[in-house]
Amino acid sequence: MKFGIIVFPGSNCDHDCYHMVKHVLGKPASFIWHKEEDLSGLDVVLLPGGFSYGDYLRAGAIARFSPVMKSVGKFAEEGGLVLGICNGFQILLEAGLLPGTMLRNRSLKFICKDVHLRVDNINTPFTLDYFENQIIKMPIAHAEGNYYADEETLTKLQKNNQIVFRYSGTDGRITDDVNPNGAAGNIAGICNEQGNVLGMMPHPERCGEKILGGRDGYTIFESIVHYSEKILNKR
Amino acid sequence: MLVKIYVTFREGILDPQGKAVLHSLHTLGYKSVEDVRIGRYIELNINDTPEEEMDSKIREMCSKLLVNPIIEDFRYEVVR
Repeated sequence: MKFGIIVFPGSNCDHDCYHMVKHVLGKPASFIWHKEEDLSGLDVVLLPGGFSYGDYLRAGAIARFSPVMKSVGKFAEEGGLVLGICNGFQILLEAGLLPGTMLRNRSLKFICKDVHLRVDNINTPFTLDYFENQIIKMPIAHAEGNYYADEETLTKLQKNNQIVFRYSGTDGRITDDVNPNGAAGNIAGICNEQGNVLGMMPHPERCGEKILGGRDGYTIFESIVHYSEKILNKR
Repeated sequence: MLVKIYVTFREGILDPQGKAVLHSLHTLGYKSVEDVRIGRYIELNINDTPEEEMDSKIREMCSKLLVNPIIEDFRYEVVR
């Protein structure tokens, strides 16, 4: 199976993703410049973190019109796995591949620290190796991660089990004191209805090795591999 | 033709930046200020667009790129 990592002007976590997939996970990975349109042969598309187009206008607002994004939309429609991390999540929101949007962190600060998350949905291709309600530790690094959606959308997300990660305490509590940025419902990551597109603010690619302080992020990439193997076996 | 577009947060949307500025104004003694909302101002120079198409073109540009309708409203004026 092959991973493609989209590189926008201003992406800065693309090499971290590459390292994770190629060297830690041991799977083939290639960079895809945002002007390319051919995603054939890929099983997974990663939209890395960074500041695409300098976050001009709104985070992700300009990147969503990069030529590659049309292909990413088609890829997702056909069931391909798409993972947007941080700025990648913001791009998926702007592109309408996931519902809602991001507001500035309520503290107005760029927050860069480890946070705890509760895995609320383990029935996605990205989270099947976690256990139900597992508490994991992952770094966040963003100024605009204050997830916002109207009540109707939030209810729908909840009902369809599309909320995958929530900011939590180490005991799993979902309260305001463990919400780093003000996100609605402590939402840190959501998937689409089909479950093949995941957007998340925390950085799993930054915590996949012991030397980096934890391996909780590795599980996402491992899950993707196990999911794809299952699909291939079924064929 | 000069088009001035004002993008503002929709009512009820939290504006953390506005809140911080409100707090700062209060610190400076301007206690009468009740609320601050901060938006974005965009100027477009548009040529070769017939007047009757202007409104729809501007609205199209706003909904496609310039404004995020989930959280933002806009109004505009055309300066001849």
